[in-house]
Amino acid sequence: MRIALFITCFNDTLYPGTGRAVVRLLERLGHTVEFPQAQTCCGQMHFNTGYRPEALPLVRGFTEAFAGYDAVVTPSASCAGMVRDNHAVVAEQYGDGELRRAVAGITPRVYELTELLVDVLGVTDVGAFFPHRVTYHPTCHSLRMIRLGDRPLRLLREVRGIDLVELPRADSCCGFGGTFALKNADTSTAMLADKMRGVLDTGAEVLCSADNSCLMHIGGGLSRLRTGVRTLHLAEILAATEGDPR
Amino acid sequence: MSSRPAAPHNVVWLDAPSFPEAARKALADTGLRRNLGRATATIRDKRLAVTGELADWEQLRQAGAALKRRTLRHLDGYLVQLEEAVTRAGGTVHWAADAAEANRIVAGLVRATGSTEVVKVKSMATQEIGLNEALAAEGIDAFETDLAELIVQLGDDRPSHILVPAIHRNRAEIREIFVREMGRRGRPAPEGLSDDPRALAEAARLHLREKFLRARVAVSGANFAVAATGTVGVVESEGNGRMCLTLPQTLITVMGIEKVLPDFADLEVFLQLLPRSSTGERMNPYTSMWTGVTGGDGPQEFHLVLLDNGRTATLRDTVGRQALACIRCSACLNVCPVYERTGGHAYGSVYPGPIGAVLTPQLVGVEHAASLPFASTLCGACYEACPVRIDIPQVLAHLRAEVVEAKRRGSAVPSAEALAMRTAGAVLGSPGRLALAQRAAALGGRLLGRGGTVGALPGPLRRWSGARDTPAPPAESFRSWWKRTREGGPEKEDGHDCP
Amino acid sequence: MTARDIVLGRIRAALADVPDDESPADVPVPRDYLRSHAGPDVVALFAERVADYQARVVRTEASGAPAEIARMLTERGVTDLVVPPGFPEELLPAGPWNRLDDHGPLGVAELDAADGVLSTAAVAIAVTGTIVLDAGPGQGRRALTLLPDYHLCVVRADQIVGDVPEALALLDPVRPLTFVSGPSATSDIELDRVEGVHGPRTLDVLVVDRDQPQEVG
Repeated sequence: MRIALFITCFNDTLYPGTGRAVVRLLERLGHTVEFPQAQTCCGQMHFNTGYRPEALPLVRGFTEAFAGYDAVVTPSASCAGMVRDNHAVVAEQYGDGELRRAVAGITPRVYELTELLVDVLGVTDVGAFFPHRVTYHPTCHSLRMIRLGDRPLRLLREVRGIDLVELPRADSCCGFGGTFALKNADTSTAMLADKMRGVLDTGAEVLCSADNSCLMHIGGGLSRLRTGVRTLHLAEILAATEGDPR
Repeated sequence: MSSRPAAPHNVVWLDAPSFPEAARKALADTGLRRNLGRATATIRDKRLAVTGELADWEQLRQAGAALKRRTLRHLDGYLVQLEEAVTRAGGTVHWAADAAEANRIVAGLVRATGSTEVVKVKSMATQEIGLNEALAAEGIDAFETDLAELIVQLGDDRPSHILVPAIHRNRAEIREIFVREMGRRGRPAPEGLSDDPRALAEAARLHLREKFLRARVAVSGANFAVAATGTVGVVESEGNGRMCLTLPQTLITVMGIEKVLPDFADLEVFLQLLPRSSTGERMNPYTSMWTGVTGGDGPQEFHLVLLDNGRTATLRDTVGRQALACIRCSACLNVCPVYERTGGHAYGSVYPGPIGAVLTPQLVGVEHAASLPFASTLCGACYEACPVRIDIPQVLAHLRAEVVEAKRRGSAVPSAEALAMRTAGAVLGSPGRLALAQRAAALGGRLLGRGGTVGALPGPLRRWSGARDTPAPPAESFRSWWKRTREGGPEKEDGHDCP
Repeated sequence: MTARDIVLGRIRAALADVPDDESPADVPVPRDYLRSHAGPDVVALFAERVADYQARVVRTEASGAPAEIARMLTERGVTDLVVPPGFPEELLPAGPWNRLDDHGPLGVAELDAADGVLSTAAVAIAVTGTIVLDAGPGQGRRALTLLPDYHLCVVRADQIVGDVPEALALLDPVRPLTFVSGPSATSDIELDRVEGVHGPRTLDVLVVDRDQPQEVG
């Protein structure tokens, strides 16, 4: 199976450790991962902010970069959702027949990391070891856009040494919302405050999720208040082993 | 021929600031935050309990969405059918292209009865057209009879929720309004009124009773109207609806054209979806249905005013049209994390919350409500709760594009945001340019960052960095790491995030 | 051009994407939802669900109904009792109440001053705990069951259906219909539910089962 990693522009630039964790994890499970160098960005920010014509070349670039792979895996629920739900919308509105066909061909093969692990590769115990108190925030797009369900939790429960605690009002949005955090900074901060309160109530030392963008927002708040809680992408917990703890 | 009202009428409040500005003020109101937090939490739990009881909830939602789709795609035919059925049953149907026309019709009908006052059933349509103000200008007093509408009216306030317009008020505030204002509009509040909700409901009962008993004209909205039979329905709880729909001689119902349904049997879907989504009950206390006029029972004169006021403009948009399926349950407000914090007034419209953020800009034109489509994180809670499956996030994203296009058309000079988006698009459009930008960011991160994080950011990013630290861009991007370790041969050592 | 022409013209223009030959039936409506969410014992479910609204529910066999009605009226302190035309005389107990018939018809002040109303129903719905009035015999015009502050509704067990779809199929939309689920209520203050506003503040429902045949020992 040819698995291509779609790292996402955001992780590529700010969270390369998440990408390295995905590679380490999949290779440990016996798979080969390729990284198509032509990849850049799925166009989510442009699309969600209303700049659809600007998203068109990014949609086209995505289909070109990932043509020919059996599976495209991404450690971002919201980028997976953008590709699966909205690339077709952009192609329909601004693209040509060729692009529409290319989008339709590729989107069914795009998986968020936990989907690939649980549904395609059929594993929930990935042999991870992470002896910390952890709480999981299901991001809105992982929960309601691509519907990851309990896949992340099933993977986390199999991690050895982990003390997994439930996050209160976990399904409530953290307030990030991409450019929402800038356009509606006050509302975003109010939502962030409530999310942080929930995280702190758990006593967790690590907050994890399937999207680094929400984690940058929540983690940024937790860091500013010197709470001592760190944020980690789920992939980095799943990649950790006794011999390579991270 | 434009089908939008020439000027945004009461749908948006003319003095309303943009959403972010209004939200900032609302967020600072600690009492409001507490009132909203409590109320929305209560109703969320109730709704989940009663929708969870029905194993086929999803099938009901699908049926509800499909029925609305069928109706909207054949709206002209259904409205003509409705008109015939209502007329046959002894009612009179009026058509109003906009708010002003609807107000003129209603005022004329009231004047013709010789009455100078009307009792009103809670109605979003009459809120939207500003009927009370229009009637007042004609010397006609309109008395709101729904408890929350009464609170809003007595407090000279604005509604902040579709179902519970006074959700922003707590019991102590309501008591104070009753004590202060009831006497000016009729029977005063009882001596020594407490803030116990029971006592407050009793005060409203006493205050309104005399108005019900003497009323000769009532004005209502409609939750639905059945095209095949001409049956109109109002769903309510307090019995104020029954009073208005039963006791006066004349009943005037103002209804948005999208409220029509094909058949009486279709109500089996909506009478299950609406109460459970709205008040979180298996059924609301009272649902009244009437078909034209019934001799010897209830109003002997019935007028149905069919209102456009921007609905046909909404219908024209094949993506946005689904907003017209809304049955005004307000479930999307109660689950919305933005609404929960800001409340309804921040939306500056009679239609607040997620549904308001898609409906208002369409009713009045995006240029008159440009900040509303952005008043959401696109978290999707609204879509999940909507009983008729309106994909609100999809419509929000669609309207954002309309706002951006409208701004582009309206100005020769691109905005700072448009420039930033264009630059980002250029950088992200090429892997080489992205790699260059990453190297520049890494350098910047090394200059700005302390201990792996950046505190204050420049320009508009201050709105971000005011409350959050930002990770300093790492020395090596993922693609550089891959190139260094994988392209040149077997895996070498991992890179390091921090210099 | 009339407003009617304007609005209909706008609608037709807005629906330019709908093919001319599409009929409403061409827009599919999935009807795979359940006809009823009730189990086999609809009477017990109805009683349970009505009680959830803070209404009182009493079950009795037909022969015991007048005595039950008398007991409930007495307990509620009813003196002036509205009895809609067509109410089954055999169910009416003798008692100290002053019976108000709607022959006049009764004025709103008289109805407002009455202590209670005793009515039948057209249909009842178990899952939602709803009684439906259609102004038929024993129910009268709508004001009769609205203005008195106490409503005692007599429902025959065989009038109770499982769920909303079954009830609507039995109703005639031409008649004025009132669906009543518990006493009047409001949640307008802090979304706290309070029973009792403008409609009857007290609702009692008497479910009348057919008499069981006497067992022969």
